[in-house]
Amino acid sequence: MRPIPMVERVALAVRDLAVQFASEQGVVRALDGVSFDLQAGRTLGVVGESGCGKSVTARSILRLVDRPGRITAGRMLLDPGTAGEVDLATLDPESKTMRGVRGGRIGLIFQEPMTALSVHYTVGNQIIEAVRQHSDISAAAARNRAIELLGEVGIPRPETRLSAYPFELSGGLRQRVGIAMALAGDPQIVIADEPTTALDVTTQAQILALLQRLQREKNIALMLITHDMGVIAEMADDVAVMYLGRVVEYAPVEEVFATPRHPYTRALLRAVPSILATPRQRLSTIGGAVPHPGSRPSGCAFHPRCVEQLGAICAEQSPRPIAPGQAGAACFKAEQGAAA
Amino acid sequence: MNLLEVQDLTKHYPIRAGLLQREVGRVRAVDGVSFHIAKGETLALVGESGCGKTTVSRCVLRALSPTSGAIRFATSENQFVDLATLSKRQIRPLRRHIQMIFQDPYASLNPRMLVGDIIAEPLKVNGASAAEQRDRVAELLELVQLPPGARTRFPHAFSGGQRQRVGIARALALNPRLVVADEPVSALDVSVQAQIINLLLDLQDRLGISMLFVAHDLSVVRHVSDRVAVMYVGRIVEVAPTDALYRAPMHPYTEALLAAVPAPDPARRGHRRVAQGEVADPANPPPGCAFHPRCPYATEQCRVERPALTALADGRWVSCHRTQELELIGVR
Repeated sequence: MRPIPMVERVALAVRDLAVQFASEQGVVRALDGVSFDLQAGRTLGVVGESGCGKSVTARSILRLVDRPGRITAGRMLLDPGTAGEVDLATLDPESKTMRGVRGGRIGLIFQEPMTALSVHYTVGNQIIEAVRQHSDISAAAARNRAIELLGEVGIPRPETRLSAYPFELSGGLRQRVGIAMALAGDPQIVIADEPTTALDVTTQAQILALLQRLQREKNIALMLITHDMGVIAEMADDVAVMYLGRVVEYAPVEEVFATPRHPYTRALLRAVPSILATPRQRLSTIGGAVPHPGSRPSGCAFHPRCVEQLGAICAEQSPRPIAPGQAGAACFKAEQGAAA
Repeated sequence: MNLLEVQDLTKHYPIRAGLLQREVGRVRAVDGVSFHIAKGETLALVGESGCGKTTVSRCVLRALSPTSGAIRFATSENQFVDLATLSKRQIRPLRRHIQMIFQDPYASLNPRMLVGDIIAEPLKVNGASAAEQRDRVAELLELVQLPPGARTRFPHAFSGGQRQRVGIARALALNPRLVVADEPVSALDVSVQAQIINLLLDLQDRLGISMLFVAHDLSVVRHVSDRVAVMYVGRIVEVAPTDALYRAPMHPYTEALLAAVPAPDPARRGHRRVAQGEVADPANPPPGCAFHPRCPYATEQCRVERPALTALADGRWVSCHRTQELELIGVR
């Protein structure tokens, strides 16, 4: 395994994060030892099918996991190794520090911007409020900042849009307002959870271009959660592929697409419909469906669906998790390949 | 032989305002759409939200009554009826010929009914005996690759992909002449989506199904359709055989749509040109060509004169004043 070139600064280091949901049927391990770094100025693409834990990861970082879910292990170090280092896992979700992190040092962009916006207040009210929550400035200064933010996210004639209600805006404009809200606290980290999934394809292209530009300008560490391999290919520097609550592969984006290390990544890439397909081209499929996290298979959780499985070892033993900051796959076959 | 011929289809919704609720305008959701589907053919209707593709499909199903236009449907080899002008009562005996596959396999199956009963329901309604129902359900389960035991279970016991198979089995129960599928795979995970796409391809091969496939995902459409009709603000802007449309689009909007799709290949990153602006409002479409405010090739003529959908060689239709002089870029 070769180390991924170190960039100047790790903004968030997640280590061995575990989240469990207690239910009548027993304990569901939604996250089962997740580790990765978010680096300033880089985009980490987190990809996987529903139930893989990508959204729970985002919610855990922001301490938005509701009962009966709880963080049972792991650390989430904001600005690790600096004087300002904080372990988000140890904070009270309602504490002042955590509220300052949420929407402040870490901005959040949702799939449906109305999740972040109220129908009862104008766009201006909400952005001004968000700006003032995270900095001690006058109402007039906050208003100017709100106009500036709307301009930055490409909203034409921003002064006139302050008095608009979110429902008066198109989906694309609404997502731009959602992005402006996420930027209101001047964050170092932005988590975008399927930010373009609800949008039309030409609008999606505009929003992705906007996110790329803002990230470069502000040197943001962007965590982009998506199920779309095309969006990953377009946006990510590094990729974490998740399956049933674990990161099964972590690598630079070119490697994930050219030489995927984990059989699940390989299978996923072959199953994606392509704009370059030949007429009536069939797709490779992955047998079965993602199991419910409450009935996690023994050994490697992917082994019942894996066409490359090695037999008993995959069915009985858990592959070693990937060392943070290193490209690799949690897979016995990949380990053998790397050793050989 | 054509199975369906849609001509000048319009569906307008009045905008009412004031005390007397007078009509002050019209939303031209579908505004003069013409296309045909040959027997055994899959035609995809693509476009962004609000373009009218779902409204067209609902008119074909006569879940909506069109404002004007003809929807000629072949009930047998050489007998056409115009679905647009029939009353609800006259439509009823024809419903068995046109069936629908829905987007959401969670919302479209009755959770209180056994899977076997869900699939048998259209048979029952059409007077099949209990024995006929049983045999046909067994046949259909095999066809959509579900285990025979599925019939005695409830939908909640199944994954999204399996439920979509149940929905497909139900749609095929009466051997329909036309299947209307509205975003049938867009709610599914990638691995399951691939299974359903392959199933649809199998069914096209085995049964020669004719399908109107409504979708926004241009990658999925490239796999399953024979021809593609691209819609923008209530009108068709281009129709072409699938491969030709993707390789060499002839309408600037088709080019913009194709360019916007992120290909699953990081090496192609940054080569995309992003179309500016937003989809026009069908209540207030721009004059001339509706795409002209966003079109990088627009001229004065495009701003004033609406281009007609015109036949070109090789079964292609385009509505663009400049199509002959432009060299548009597709994907390959």
